[in-house]
This record gives sequence, C-alpha cells and structure tokens, in this order.
Amino acid sequence: MAATSNKPRVATVSLAGCFGCHMSLLDIDERLLDLAELIEFDRSPINDYKSFDGRRCAVGLIEGGCANEENVRVLRDFRTHCDVLVSVGACAINGGIPALRNMVSVEECIDEAYRSGLTVVNPDGILPDDPELPRLLDRVRPCHEVVKIDYHLPGCPPSADTIWNALTALLSGAPPELPYPLIKYD
Amino acid sequence: MNAPITITIDGVEVPATPGQTILEAADAAGIYIPRLCYRPGLEPYGGCRVCMVHVAGRACAACTQPVSPNMVVENDTGELQEQRKMIIEMLFVEGNHFCMFCEKSGNCELQALAYRFGITAPRFDLFFPKRDVDASHPEILIDHNRCILCAGCVRASRDLDGKSIFHFTGRGPDRRIAVNAEAQLAATDADVTDRALDVCPVGALLRKREGYRTPVGQRPYDQAPIGSNDQPEEA
Amino acid sequence: MTAALASAIGEICDGVGRDPTRLLDVARAVQERFRCVSTAATDHIAKELGVPRGDVDGLVSFYAFLSREPKGRVVIRLSDDIIDRLHGFDRVRDAFGRALGIEPGQTTPDGAITLETTSCIGMCDQAPAALVNEVVVTDLSTDRAREIVGDLRDHMEPARLVRTFGDGNNAHDLVRAMVNNNIRAEGPFVLSELQRGEAVSKAIGVSPAEVIRAVKTARLRGRGGAGFPTGMKWEYARNAEPPDGSRRKFVICNADEGEPGTFKDRVILTERADRVLAGMTIAGYAIGAEEGILYLRDEYAYLQRYLEHLIDERRGDGLLGPRILGTDFGFDVRIQMGAGAYICGEETALINSCEGKRGDPRNRPPFPAQSGYLGCPTIVNNPETLCCVTKIIETGPATFCAHGSPASSGTKLLSVSGDCHAPGVYELPFGLTLRALLDRAGAADAAAVQVGGPSGTMVAPDHFDRRIEFDDLATGGAIMVFGPDRDILEIVRGFMDFFVHESCGYCTPCRVGNVILRDRIARIIDDRGEPSDLDELETLSQTIRATSRCGLGQTSPNPVLSTLESFRSAYEQRVEADPDGFRRSFDLASSVCLTVSPDARPSSGGREPSP
Repeated sequence: MAATSNKPRVATVSLAGCFGCHMSLLDIDERLLDLAELIEFDRSPINDYKSFDGRRCAVGLIEGGCANEENVRVLRDFRTHCDVLVSVGACAINGGIPALRNMVSVEECIDEAYRSGLTVVNPDGILPDDPELPRLLDRVRPCHEVVKIDYHLPGCPPSADTIWNALTALLSGAPPELPYPLIKYD
Repeated sequence: MNAPITITIDGVEVPATPGQTILEAADAAGIYIPRLCYRPGLEPYGGCRVCMVHVAGRACAACTQPVSPNMVVENDTGELQEQRKMIIEMLFVEGNHFCMFCEKSGNCELQALAYRFGITAPRFDLFFPKRDVDASHPEILIDHNRCILCAGCVRASRDLDGKSIFHFTGRGPDRRIAVNAEAQLAATDADVTDRALDVCPVGALLRKREGYRTPVGQRPYDQAPIGSNDQPEEA
Repeated sequence: MTAALASAIGEICDGVGRDPTRLLDVARAVQERFRCVSTAATDHIAKELGVPRGDVDGLVSFYAFLSREPKGRVVIRLSDDIIDRLHGFDRVRDAFGRALGIEPGQTTPDGAITLETTSCIGMCDQAPAALVNEVVVTDLSTDRAREIVGDLRDHMEPARLVRTFGDGNNAHDLVRAMVNNNIRAEGPFVLSELQRGEAVSKAIGVSPAEVIRAVKTARLRGRGGAGFPTGMKWEYARNAEPPDGSRRKFVICNADEGEPGTFKDRVILTERADRVLAGMTIAGYAIGAEEGILYLRDEYAYLQRYLEHLIDERRGDGLLGPRILGTDFGFDVRIQMGAGAYICGEETALINSCEGKRGDPRNRPPFPAQSGYLGCPTIVNNPETLCCVTKIIETGPATFCAHGSPASSGTKLLSVSGDCHAPGVYELPFGLTLRALLDRAGAADAAAVQVGGPSGTMVAPDHFDRRIEFDDLATGGAIMVFGPDRDILEIVRGFMDFFVHESCGYCTPCRVGNVILRDRIARIIDDRGEPSDLDELETLSQTIRATSRCGLGQTSPNPVLSTLESFRSAYEQRVEADPDGFRRSFDLASSVCLTVSPDARPSSGGREPSP
C-alpha cells in the first residue's frame, strides 16, 4: 500500500454484528476495482489492519451496535479518527439481532448461554471469566446512542447498491441520498 | 342531504359527499393522506395521528373529521409531514420492531411509511420494552412486540366478526391489546377465518405458516412507496 | 368462596338493575368488598351483565383505584405531586415504608395494609396528604406517619385516624374529615351565602330561552380551564335532537378535579354543594334535561354521603324530583363515583366513565352537546361554573359582569399552594395580576409560579404583572408557588411523571411522546444533556401539542415549552456539547455489567486491539 497516497481513507469495522454488512460491501463486485481507485482502506477487516495509524480518515463505516465495552472503545476511536461516521445496517442503527437480549436481563442471558440452555454441556457451570474478555453492556445500544453518527444506511444488510451509492456520494462530498428502493430495513 | 359538495385539498378541488370523512373524500379523489389506524369498513379510530391535516389552520385527524361544504384542507405541508415522520419514529422506538425477521416485512404499513418518509434511523432512543408473544393458538400468532395499538383487530372482531375477542387493557405507556379470555388466545373462539386477522397493519397479529411467501423485490412496498397508484397487491 | 363471590356479584349487579352502563359502579363495589376484581370476579361480572369479559378487564385495568390483585384491608395512598414533594413527601413515604416494612406498591405480608402513591388528591393546601381508604389525612410528617401505622395496626379503622374535624362542613356528621377549607377570600358569587331554592324558583319563573340569554349576557365562560362560553354550550344542547325514540338529555357536573394543585371544587362541594345542585337543575331546565349526573372523583369519596344527603334534602324541598316546585319540570341527580383517573376530567372521557367504560376520550365530532351520555345531548359543566349560574339568575347578569374584566366576567376561584404563607382558596375578580394574588397569599419571594397546574404556564417574576383572565393567564384555578431554592427542572420532571402516568395511551404522540419528553428532562437533570436536546425538546413538544387527540396531550408539553421560554437558563446551565463527538447521554461506567466473576475483572477492562 502506498503510504504517500492522497486518496481519501476509509475505515470499516464490525462491532456487535455478523459481518453480513461487510459481505454486502464486498458484494459490489467489480466495482471494488473502482473503489480501490477512489480510496485507500485504513483499519478494516478487509486489509486486516487492526488500529488507526494516526492519519485522518474521511469515512468510517460502522457495522454492528455496541454490546460490550470494547465495542464502545472502538466506536469512540472511530469517532476520533473519522470525519464522517456512517452506521451501516440494522445492528448499528437499532441494535439488530444482538439487541434481542435487551428484553432479558444479562444474568438470564448468561445463564441461558452457558448453563441452562438446551444444547449447553457445562457440568461444572463454569462461566467465561478471562480478564481479556470485554465486559458486556447492560443492553445493546445503537451506535448513535454512543457517539454522534452522521449518516445511516439501513438494511439487514444494506444492499451492495446502497453501500456503493452512499460511499461514492460521500467521497464526492455530497450527503448520501438513497432512492426509495434502497431504503430497506430487511 | 346527500347532495355532493366540494372541498379543497392542497389547493385541488375534489368532490365529496356529506357524511364522508376527509380521508374518505381524499381516497375517492386519488389523493393520498398517510394513515395507519384507518381501515375502510371499520369505525374510524383516530389513534395513530398519522393522518393529521389542517382545516382552517386547525389540526384534526382526517380519518375522523367529517367533510363540510367548501372545507379547505392542508395535507402535504412541510410542517405536517415533519409531524407525521416524528409520530412514525415514536412508534418504532416504542415497540420492538425487528424487521429483518418479521414475516410482515415488505408488506408492513408502519415500515412502508418509514420508507416513504425516508427514515433511515429513529431520532429517539429505543425503549426495548418487554412484551409477550402469544403463540397458544394453533393457527394464529400475536406478537405484542410489534403492536402499534391501532385497534384494528379490536374493531374488526367486534364489528365484523361479532366476537369481541380483542380489547385494550392498561393505560398510558402500559396500554396493550388483550384477548377475551383469562390467559391466551387459544382459550377464545378466535378462528383463522376471522376478518380481524386481515386488518393488522404490522406483524402483530398473523396467521401462522403464511409468512415469507412473496419473494423480496415483489412485495407490495418493495419498489414503490405506500400511497402510490402502482402498488402490486399482496399475493 | 367462589359461590360466595358469585352470589355477591349477583347481588351487586341486581343493585344496578343489571345495567351494563353501570359497570364502573359494579367494579367499585366488588373492589370494596373483595379488595380486588379478580379473574374469577371479572368472569362473573361479565356473565351477570352480559358483556364481553374484555369490557370488564379493560375497565379494571384502566382505573388506578381498581386492581386485579388483592389489596390490603386498608390502602394508604400517598398523594404524590410536586407540592407534596416540596413539603416532604419523600420523607413521609419512607417513614410509612419503614413503619410498615414494605415499599410503595406492596402489601404487608399479613394482607392488612397496602402502601401506594397516587396522583394529586386535591389537598395541596395541607400537603403532604394521603388517603387511608377513603379517609383523608393531611399535614403529614414522619412522626405522624409512624403514628398512623401504629394506630392502624391497633384498630384497622381509618375513620379513627381523624382526631379533630376541619372547619365548616368538614365537621358535618356525614363528612367527619380533618380537611380544612382554607378559604382565604370569599367572593360575591361562588362562596357567598345562599338561600336554598331562590335561584331555581327564579329560573323556572322565566322561559328556558331567557335563562340561556341571561347566562350569555353575563358572558359566563367555563371555569374548568378551557373557558368555553357556557350559554353557547347550553344553546347547542337545547337545540340538539335526542336520538330516535328518546327525549333524554343530560346535565353532567364535572367534579373530577384532578389537575395537580387544584382543590377549589373540594371546597365548593364541601360548603356550596347546594349551589352546584341548583346550577345543575337550572341547566336541566335550560336545555330540556330531566337527568343530571354529579361525577365525583374517587379521591373525594369522603364527601359522597354528605352530597347524597343534600340531594335527598332538595328532593324533600321540591327542588329535585319529578315536579320541581309544583311545576311540570322534573329533574333529578345521581352521583357517579370515579375510580382514579385524571383523564376522566376530559369531558368525553368523563362521559365514557359515566357509561361504565374505560376513560378514553371520544372522537369529536360529535360533540357532547349533540351526542354525549348514552348518545343523548349532554352538557358537562364545572361545579364553579354551575355556582356562577345560580348567582347570575339570582342577581342578574349585570351584577355578575360588574366584576372581573371585559373578556372575563365574574370571579375566579384560585387554589393557591406551595411556597406561600397562606395557601388556600381565593375567590377574586378576574383580571387581577398574579403579583396581587401572590401578595395576598404571602409569597413575596416567589421565583416561579405555575398557573393552571401542570398543563398551564410557568411564569417567571418579570411576568408577575400578567393578569389572571381568559385572554392572558387562563386557568382552571391552580396556582403553585415556587420559592427561589426550587429546581425548575425537577418541577418539570414531576409534571411529566404525572402526564405519563395519567395518559390514557389511546393516541401515539401522548402515549409515546410524553415518555420521551420525561426521559429527556431526566437526562438533562443528570447532567447528561447536550444543547441539541433543547431543540429536540422543543420540536417534540410542538408535535405532541399539535397532534394529540385530546386536551391532555395537547397541553402536556406545556411545562417543557413554557420553562424553555421563561427559564431557559435552567436548561442551558445543565447542557454541554462533547467536543469529541461522544454522546454525553451514554455513560460507559454505569452501563457496563459485572455479571461474570466481578472479583476477576480488571477495572479498565477491554481487550486492546493488537497492532
């Protein structure tokens, strides 16, 4: 990668998401080549860079909401380094599937997942307690409840066209304006 | 008494019949006023407040306000559209609307209105209320997470089916739909042929095993906004 | 037990002639007897009255004083409004809780005593106050709370908690309440002495049209707050046709005084109920109604027997009944008890409640004057309005108009409470300045005054020269005074708690919007607000006001809107933008869960991403 490139930098991350939105990003198919002409990826699962190197990013694409303290830390890191933050997909926008646990207490959730769930085999009832593991939040939050988010691309996932449409608009300095068929919640 | 009259909606003169509501006259004239709790053939409810219009500067619900001669109605104004949008966002944050796995997605009027209004995210914090699902009936499902309290099922069961299976319980934020039995729907005389099952604008009251039949892309609100003239009928 | 329940419910239903429109009365009676309307009771009532089970269940779940789960034999309901809070509500609540060993919302394990909080019970001039079953206890302190619990444990007879009776009719044999009237200014129309029968005999000596003309000439406007011209309302109802085959029309007196900080109707009903009944009779004569309903809020149940006695007396005097004063005009009154719902002060909700339904307001049109109670033309008037009517008939409209201001004739009863030396009821001519009232009430250092209760206007000192009249500070009469040490936002939060609790939930903006408003105010109080919150409060408030279905939602954002205007600095001091773009409303430390082995967790937590 050319460290001296003047191309706008784009960072992406999947927080409490399923990577489906990233799949949808890859789903722009041959337009990936056009994208590579337009931008340079900063930290992203696509290049496997795991942290910002201090340069400003034009755009940060956030998949997933905030389910634990690491999600919050990473999201704030994105807010610090990116000029424009975009929530991509249902989880980032309203918590999505991970937020189904918001109607249940964390205690019950953990119990179901590690002790009493039908398919769980855990005779000693051990709960994961490695200090490396980030602690859970009391409930899963949409990204815009944690940091200021500039734009939202709904969908589960948003279609490749939606992402392409929005990203190219942003790179040209315009706010993304989605035509009717591209605003979808499913 | 029933001699036709004329009213004006957004500057367009349209014919109306005494006894009609503004919404009925607008529909007859092909003018779309956004709405959620209105159902043709059911007693007007006036609960969702999406169809608010202005008549001589006064706000009223188009679904309950009768027409009167030479009435001047404002419908498509920036102020009203903003208010409608905010009401739709309120309904989204009040319940648990997980569109990605809802059988009604693509054919849901709440979702369709949100699309029409270009809502990409709710501006209010989500409530994430704890609500029940009643799957007790072999053929019918009630998912209170998705209920918007439009009273469609209450009215249809009472007035069309003659059964009064549904009613409201609680008040304020705790208001809910309840069934006419000590516990669950299975204990009522609800039947899969009840017309009450046809009126839910969202995915709160559903016939089981009927979801996901229409391919994505061909569902009623996939291509054109609710209120357009070229919408396909749900299969 | 089931057989006993069934037969008791059978009797209760027989007592109302198995009339489904008396469902509220039936449910109240069952509640009183069995301490709840249980699932089994719901089934029995539905069967006896021939209504869907859901009608009973829906009703029971709507009213705060009805319950599905059994309450204690004694229920202590602590009045929780902002004025009670100013006067030590929290301490009193905790004292009751400690003495009983329970939290509000719970019942002692022996099933004896339930502790609850409830919306304003109309005793702000002697706050903190509570209802013990239907017995009112006032001027509570922590000591008094402990005493009350001790006494109840002893004898379980709430009536014995009253040691000294209040003034006037509070000491009447059928009232026996420790409530005080606190009448501070007795005006010429409502609180003045009256001679029973004078107004009614004068009224029926002229034609109904002349009665309406007199009310119109006096420019009488409704005293409940909205100020609709009374004569016009009566004329609509007079000209309205009852539904086919019926000749019935109705006069309803709305004594469901529930606006926090209002208690003037309590005093009217205690001291001048005769005038209210006369007013109802005159209204009946004017519109052609033979039936009246006095809708009394459950919080004032201690006045019920006394009011029934007065009705009986008037029947004996020929002032109520089939042939009033020997004429062909007949008119009679029944009392409809409420069951704890502020929304029932909204006239169409009140009519639904009278019909034994949930207190959801109705769609308008039709208006009650065309189609109200049982579909018949109905007028709903405030007790104070009806008192004014009698005086207009007695002394003529000119005397009435000689008081007050051009657009607001006559006097207004004002319920003054809060940070002042002389809380109580003032009958004063319309048009007086707020400052003049505050001077009389001994509130020289008032820093803010809420005029009209939570749904009214918060007035700052630089506007104390505004006038109490329909064209300026319109009010149903609640004047809540706040001293310089009070936190404006806490007051707003208290008001929003009230609206959230009392919304019927029928329409979206009121049901959802008020919750959002309340939570946003709480966020600002917690120092987690951002400047953009103020704009959002404003637009949200405007939407709720513009789109709600009834007066409750249309006025519920007023505390926010009026304080954003008059006390903006109270908000601005507490909001701040985060320069990093992090939302101040989100607090990581308090949002993290220590579910798993709290001792094994490092305090910083969170895996650092590998470079």
